[in-house]
Amino acid sequence: MLTIATGNKAVAAAVKAANPGVIAAYPITPQTEIVEQIADYVTDGELASRYIPVESEHSAMAACIGASAGGVRTFTATSSHGLLYMHEMVHWAAGARLPIVMANVNRALGPGWNTWAEHTDAFSQRDTGWLQVFVGTVQEAYDATLMAFKIAEDERVLLPVMVNLDGFTLSHIMQSLETAEIGDFLPPYHLPHAIDTENPCVYGPMTGPADYFRFRWDIERSMRDARGVIADVEREFAERFGRSYGPTEDYRCEDADVVVIAMGTLGKEAEVAVDRLRDEGIKAGSMRLRWFRPFPDLDLAGREVVVIDRDYSFGFGGVVAHSIRSKTGIEPYSVIAGLGGQEVTYNDIADFVRNRHPGEETWFGVSDHV
Amino acid sequence: MYEIRIHSRGGQGGVTAAKLLALAAFRDGKYATACPFYGAERRGAPVVSFVRIDDEPIKIYSQIHEPDLVIVLDTSIMDVVDVLQGLKDDGTVLLNSAHPLPGCNGTCRHVDLTGIALAENLVVAGSPILNTPVLGALAKMDIVTLPSVEKAIREMFADERNVKAAEAAYEELKV
Repeated sequence: MLTIATGNKAVAAAVKAANPGVIAAYPITPQTEIVEQIADYVTDGELASRYIPVESEHSAMAACIGASAGGVRTFTATSSHGLLYMHEMVHWAAGARLPIVMANVNRALGPGWNTWAEHTDAFSQRDTGWLQVFVGTVQEAYDATLMAFKIAEDERVLLPVMVNLDGFTLSHIMQSLETAEIGDFLPPYHLPHAIDTENPCVYGPMTGPADYFRFRWDIERSMRDARGVIADVEREFAERFGRSYGPTEDYRCEDADVVVIAMGTLGKEAEVAVDRLRDEGIKAGSMRLRWFRPFPDLDLAGREVVVIDRDYSFGFGGVVAHSIRSKTGIEPYSVIAGLGGQEVTYNDIADFVRNRHPGEETWFGVSDHV
Repeated sequence: MYEIRIHSRGGQGGVTAAKLLALAAFRDGKYATACPFYGAERRGAPVVSFVRIDDEPIKIYSQIHEPDLVIVLDTSIMDVVDVLQGLKDDGTVLLNSAHPLPGCNGTCRHVDLTGIALAENLVVAGSPILNTPVLGALAKMDIVTLPSVEKAIREMFADERNVKAAEAAYEELKV
């Protein structure tokens, strides 16, 4: 069905289609609309899930861990400080190999108190063992959430997936949305190590130095296998529903001399900047990075690269710029822009490209830095 | 692309007006996005919302700095906000006012949305509802069609007085 919806409502609609057994969540701006809409679905009888309101995000993830291990599909949503509050359990979900899906509405961290878009919240969970995808449109929020369940639950993966969407700029914008009759796209939930009361066993026992690293390696092996699973699922999704996705969304990159790499809505707006630059004779392209974990292989040979980071690792640099540098060996022009919802237009992005200095870092809007 | 900036005060329905307008444009077969700028939400504080309408998918998420149309749901805001900032040279202004305002050059239209809302007794928490009548005015200005306006209002509101208020604004606005 074709309709118009916010990013938050699109995520909720995808969750309804995926029909989880348990949803446990705690509201936080700008994610609240997701869990409100899901609660409405449950109250109105449109969704048969057990909805567990909890007293904190730590408990939300703990409830999802229990439910997922208990043998049902589970979902939660959070943002910013809520994500950080559940941090211990975020590690636990991945370590316990539970295919939980979580929407994270990217928001800055306080102080100063700020409810607007930034990616530092998600990146602070970078090393937890969760897969992370970042979306750029309302439609993609829906599609990526649906695919997240299938990717997470694949037996070659069995790791949780975080679907990231920009706070307000995507969570609260209204765009067109085509919802799907998903049929058998999502197979019934099957967890090989689900709790079986007929065959009791111990979960999460002490694991000594002789064995612990094996479990860590197994996570990494699955993370590597996840690249192929993601490609398979995205290919099947395209065949069934007609919308194609990949590790990046490339726009006018084929013959580009300079490529802009950004994530989320800035990555989408960068396409408008590319059109303007092309009109001026600058052969620019845009490569919107969708998957952050597992990090994709990127073909950037022979191009100049401008990376926009809506995040920062203090004392080091932009997280994405660093990732590009270490994965490709290319020294990008690193632009730190959009922190805490800072207004960044396609004209600004075009300026980043026009004024690029590969190997340097600049903070948009800050004039007195070196 | 046609870009619209809506100025209102928190609680007056400017955000909902943006959503209704995007929905009506969508029902016209256009691409549309509605994005309110969320500040520290308070009743009575100046609020701004943005709507973009185009024949192609819209990739822009930033705010509208050079609008084609500025809508002012509460003219008292004009004392504290420069509502005309960045308005295109051939741009249009639509004011919620029974009278034209002096000093408004170019294409400036006015319609008494508050009066229309009060006549239909469309009042919530002491405030007249402006977001549905303004859609009628926008239909008169050919931004969207009247049937799509009525369809959009009925999708979001059960109370038929909202449709009547939109029709009244359509009749009253002089173009």
